[in-house]
Amino acid sequence: MQPPLVRLTRREFLRTGTIGGAAVSALGFDLTAAYAQVRELKIARTTETRSTCPYCSVSCGVIIHTLGDRSRNVTPAVVHVEGDPDHPINQGTLCPKGITLKQNIVNDRRLTTVKYRAPGGRVWEDKPWDWAIDRIAGLVKDTRDRRLRIEDARGRTINALTAIGVIGGCTDTNEVNYLLVKAFRAGLGVVPIEQQARI
Amino acid sequence: MTNGWTDIRNADVVLAMGGNPAENHPVGFRFVMDAKRNRNAILVCVDPRFNRTAAVADRFVQIRAGTDIAFLGGLINYALARARFHEEYVRLFTNAPLLVSERYAFDAARGVFSGWDDAQRAYTDVSSWAYDIGPDGFARTDPTLQHPRTVFQVMKQFYARYTPEEVSRICGCSADDFVKTAEVITSTYTADRAGTIMYALGWTHHSHSVQLIHAAAMLQLLLGNIGRPGGGLNALRGHANIQGGTDCGMAYHNLPGYIPVPKAADQTLDAFVSAATPRALRPNSTNFWSNTDRFVVSQLKAFYGAAATRPNDFGYRLHPRLPQAESGAYENWSWAYIFDAMHDGDLEGFFSFGMNPVSNGPNSRKAIAALAKLRWLVVAENFEQETAAFWRDDILSLVDLRPEDVQTEVFMLPAANFAEKDGSFVNSARWIQWKWKAVDPPGDAKPDQEIVARIFLKVRELYEKEGGTFPDPIRGLHWWYSNPTSPSLEEVSREINGWAVEDVRDASGAVVVRRGQQLSRFLDTRADGSTLSGNWLYIGMYTDQGNMAQRRSTADPSGLGRYPDWTFSWPANRRILYNRCSADGQGRPWDATRVGIAWNGERWVGDTPDYTVDSPPGADLGAFIMLPEGVARLFVPGQFVDGPWSEHYEPVESPVPNPLHPEHSSNPAVRPFSSAFDVLGTAEEYPIVCTTYRLTEHFHYWTKNNPYAVQLQPEFFVEIPEELARQQDIANGDQVRVTSARGSIEGKAMVTRRIKPMQIDGRQVYQIGFPIHWGFLGRGTQRGALANLVTPTVVDPNSFAPEYKGFLVRLEKV
Repeated sequence: MQPPLVRLTRREFLRTGTIGGAAVSALGFDLTAAYAQVRELKIARTTETRSTCPYCSVSCGVIIHTLGDRSRNVTPAVVHVEGDPDHPINQGTLCPKGITLKQNIVNDRRLTTVKYRAPGGRVWEDKPWDWAIDRIAGLVKDTRDRRLRIEDARGRTINALTAIGVIGGCTDTNEVNYLLVKAFRAGLGVVPIEQQARI
Repeated sequence: MTNGWTDIRNADVVLAMGGNPAENHPVGFRFVMDAKRNRNAILVCVDPRFNRTAAVADRFVQIRAGTDIAFLGGLINYALARARFHEEYVRLFTNAPLLVSERYAFDAARGVFSGWDDAQRAYTDVSSWAYDIGPDGFARTDPTLQHPRTVFQVMKQFYARYTPEEVSRICGCSADDFVKTAEVITSTYTADRAGTIMYALGWTHHSHSVQLIHAAAMLQLLLGNIGRPGGGLNALRGHANIQGGTDCGMAYHNLPGYIPVPKAADQTLDAFVSAATPRALRPNSTNFWSNTDRFVVSQLKAFYGAAATRPNDFGYRLHPRLPQAESGAYENWSWAYIFDAMHDGDLEGFFSFGMNPVSNGPNSRKAIAALAKLRWLVVAENFEQETAAFWRDDILSLVDLRPEDVQTEVFMLPAANFAEKDGSFVNSARWIQWKWKAVDPPGDAKPDQEIVARIFLKVRELYEKEGGTFPDPIRGLHWWYSNPTSPSLEEVSREINGWAVEDVRDASGAVVVRRGQQLSRFLDTRADGSTLSGNWLYIGMYTDQGNMAQRRSTADPSGLGRYPDWTFSWPANRRILYNRCSADGQGRPWDATRVGIAWNGERWVGDTPDYTVDSPPGADLGAFIMLPEGVARLFVPGQFVDGPWSEHYEPVESPVPNPLHPEHSSNPAVRPFSSAFDVLGTAEEYPIVCTTYRLTEHFHYWTKNNPYAVQLQPEFFVEIPEELARQQDIANGDQVRVTSARGSIEGKAMVTRRIKPMQIDGRQVYQIGFPIHWGFLGRGTQRGALANLVTPTVVDPNSFAPEYKGFLVRLEKV
């Protein structure tokens, strides 16, 4: 459910102001010069997506510009990230970290394959996802089957799993945090669940 | 935050202490500068170091790391002794008039509260940290505040010890500097002035961190600053969504919505609900937690769906309960305890979603040694990092192991980053803000929801196929999503908010929410299974009007920067918590130019009121609706394990014995760990106080892969006071080694005047400090400079946060 605003670029908004050659915006002043300038920009044909900076807790609004979304057989690429001028906290500004967010997304050091280190090993090996999911699920079940604590030291039912721990990310969304809690604690019975807030 | 970033512009005085917002929250700091420009606000910075916030502050005071309670205690004493507190506010909204139990006592000479057992070196009976309860079951009060056992009088006596001279002796600032600063900070006690406090990890990283924030809350309550525009106690927080993670139950002790995790003693749903529901301590107090049963049952319905029925206690027995040891204590599974148990070999497997405990947890060597004992480790990440790669030769050599010695199977799963998935973050102002997916993740990287779902569903499949131990909760889990292997976060968001499973009726039997409708009010939840809500606290986030976290109106009817239609703020879209306190006993705003809420004769108008909307001001429901006494706690009865008042305790490693009570120098309730890595140093061997911090150009341990960030701040360095550098013949740029009892770290010396030597209780004490952002993996110069190689695994006994600030080291030129 994406509101139309997200896909309507500010450049498009300016352009709609010039329809019919009137070159006068809803605000009542002439935007011809601004339009002419906008046409020259690299980001003129980009799609803008509203997002939130993943770093500190101020949560500045950012606009992520992607190119290529509307062409067939082209993988869209992030070409620019800037502050969202409509956001009441940052009003378009960003700090030195936020202004370089593009390098957090487009970065040759990003992990793009599943890596596996065998017991005693000295190297990473590439593995397929399906293999990794099967192997991890098997390990989880094996540990849980043997180590689920049905009763505590006083003989009361607890059904608690303390042989597996889960720590979650500070850039995981609420929804992912909730899913982690639901799947691991309410589902598998894991008690040691923690996150960055503790430390 | 009780208030929010945009509200800080309404402050008259801003105290930045235990945080360095100009450096670490630079964009939020705009609102401080706004207040300075437009209101002539005074910015006061109190810190161990002349930092970037200090550089633009009107007043700066340097204090020794770990002595903030003494400074705040001094401010409390200053306010009380000179009648610079907001008397009507204190009388109306705090527990100042309540009487303290006759059995409560504090031994100021020894530094322990009543209930301390010398033989066991522990608080064994804290029942005296309580109110004096009358025959009606409610706390006794004296509205004149004159009774010697009123919270007010006990407090006055307790803090009288914190004179300016004592503050100077402990903190190392001059008494004169303290008094001038106290005059500024306490100037907000009048009804027409408001002051805010901004703090962050500089306060939470201590072995007395909860009491430190308690002290700040007491000060703000005395000054009448809580609940008011321009006031509040504002935790800046460090990461994009640790607030949301905490709200959603990512902590071993909490379910989503701050409901405690069930304990072994709570064998039935009734037992659990009754243990988790407080009893009102004042006749008319709202005691909002009396609705715990509705929130719990709605959450169980969200977890277990059709498997949660009335006959089976709504699936309560499917959920794990916290184990209790023979000794009576409930097991602690917070971060440091997890790694302690892992080091003891008690864990087999571990998942780390975007976390790097080798770098970000305390005592890195202990963390590495602990990971080496696991059978398997799964790390989902954007970039290769030290935890996933802990088995590398160079990292394992820190604990004298080789890769061949370590049998841990490690999976490093490529994960999508923020731009590659949608969903909501909660900022420190409690704004739940939706973000949209901009682009697909690179290569084979997957969003976390898909990783979690696929692992869970595969485990479920194995249980279906093979059977196994107690499969019931796995089979019963309500996994209703349209795409089960990668749940839509819109759907998850709807579930977190919740909906009516059956028609919801009021007391008269009329339908208030129809079956299938989203909930929009807390009190529409039911304990009979007719509603489902993953997290009651977020109700209102996703209603039948749509996803409120996506709202983008910048309308500001208050003119105070509250933006009520911008996304959604928990709870109930309230922008300022405890806002009942922004108005006097008659419901008139303390300051007509900064209205939080106001009573118009029929209802409260302004911000979403923190009070029943149509209850008149005289209803005496209490402004603090989540507390059973309805008033804020200056004296804290039985909630903290280390005392009902904040007392100055030294850090666990300290250069001096506590000048107030050397016998109990550091927090007596702290429980030390006992592994071979948990060693503490003495002031003789490690004479220098050390603290850690961050730089604006980097974020935590992530941006070391970012070329621009690495260019701006290329390598680890140590800030050293000029006098100390001269003494040790260290020049700018020299290579130095910082060593604690746990380990050492090397880097370039940065000789500075930003940290001055101090006189502490008659001794010369030096402080040094360094930023945390480096390690083994990343671009540029890393050289294994993990800041936490030197920090101790010593944790606060309430919050279990580690003491990263104010530990002891020695310094050498390499």
